[in-house]
Amino acid sequence: MSVLLERDQAFVDDVRAIADGVAAEHAEEVDRDARFPVEAVSALREAGAMGAYVPEELGGGGVSLEALARSCYELGRRCSSTAMVFAMHQIEVVTIARHLEGAPWFESYLRDVAAQQRLIASVTSEIGTGGDMSRSIAAVTPGEDGLASFEKQAPTVSYGAHADDLLTTARRHPQAEAGDQVMVLTLAGQATLTPVGIWDTLGMRGTCSPGFVVSAQFPAEQVLEAPFSQVMNESFVPVSHILWSHVWLGIATEAFERGRRFVREAARRKPGEPVPAAAALSRVMSELSLLRAEVELGLREFLLHSEGDREHLKTMGAMLRFNNLKLAASEQAPRVCQGVLEVIGIAAYRNDSPFSVGRHLRDALSARLMIANERMHAVDAGLLMIAKAVY
Amino acid sequence: MSTIGINTRTEIRRVLQDHARLPVDIDSIGDEADLFQAGMTSHASVNVMLALEDAFDIEFPDRMLKRSVFESVDGIASALEELEDKAA
Repeated sequence: MSVLLERDQAFVDDVRAIADGVAAEHAEEVDRDARFPVEAVSALREAGAMGAYVPEELGGGGVSLEALARSCYELGRRCSSTAMVFAMHQIEVVTIARHLEGAPWFESYLRDVAAQQRLIASVTSEIGTGGDMSRSIAAVTPGEDGLASFEKQAPTVSYGAHADDLLTTARRHPQAEAGDQVMVLTLAGQATLTPVGIWDTLGMRGTCSPGFVVSAQFPAEQVLEAPFSQVMNESFVPVSHILWSHVWLGIATEAFERGRRFVREAARRKPGEPVPAAAALSRVMSELSLLRAEVELGLREFLLHSEGDREHLKTMGAMLRFNNLKLAASEQAPRVCQGVLEVIGIAAYRNDSPFSVGRHLRDALSARLMIANERMHAVDAGLLMIAKAVY
Repeated sequence: MSTIGINTRTEIRRVLQDHARLPVDIDSIGDEADLFQAGMTSHASVNVMLALEDAFDIEFPDRMLKRSVFESVDGIASALEELEDKAA
């Protein structure tokens, strides 16, 4: 990774201290009880992390996307749920910051995010759209007194009950086609979330992401003017895939580190004797290298285009590229965890061992379901037929 | 001189009629109207692009392969015009 600015480095150091401290301390309990990582999220708030990406002129930390990505990695190593909550929140902040187009309401909102350390959740998926985020059923519906409203049936809302505010996709108006979408920011008190079921899952248990029926009433100025089709390709999708994949890289790296500790202990127990597990771990290391290379390259390629050449991000070549980052990383991270499981054996399979990688494997398996890989492969299949430069 | 004219737009509309799978008749949509807002899906738009390459015997370069280029009859016509100027 390149040298970060001093400000970025200081932020990443703060986040790493939280990751190694309070996040690591509570990670097992968060996972076991499927409860929100309140301690780690509070510590992140105290460190100003919720407003880290908000520009300095709006009272935020002004750190770079790269610093956010590295923070996702550091948190991912210690507590996947904390890392994913952090990542999802930052995706919303980056999206708003890149697309507010000078709208006074959104500028003032970002000031509040920084000053009050508000936590934002997103409501993008919807029951009835077949998992296609680029289509909505819910619509922004004009009402009385300049207020608009929507009601949306969301199959999952990550940390929905713990967020202050929501960023929701909906059709621009009740007559709009399914793909004619906007994003709406609703504040606490403007939206009602009725939970549908509970969150008792294989992994990512602390993200507390059950389904909700979300109904909201809000002033029209809280609709982000830019079409979601544009926001999605220029920011929301590539930034999601970059930050998620850094979380997954963190999870896989920690599993690998447990494998290394196991191998070192084995070597110390019988000095001079061959350690068969070390050779097996070497193979896992090459799988981890491939994951790291793809995750870091995805970030580099986005940074290359993110400021000056947003047009490029709208091309099919770019869509394929950042879809592939998600596909490759989400399939590779659990592969690394499973490889470590096989290297260590029963001590990794046990939950009561310092070499346990059960949580890491379970958390990493969520990656291929966060926007189902099968659906993304189907989209890519279409793009592959027409795109020229594919890398 | 550009030959992009009425015939070209007629041909673009024929391709859209066959491949855009719009919920409305293509004749009810103006040259500048947004095809995505009219209901063309991303999936259908790929088929439109493939059919246009075939119908006009051209290849859209990557920089043109984005939503904004294919969002209206006018947008498609100007992309074809640009490719034709390059070829001339």
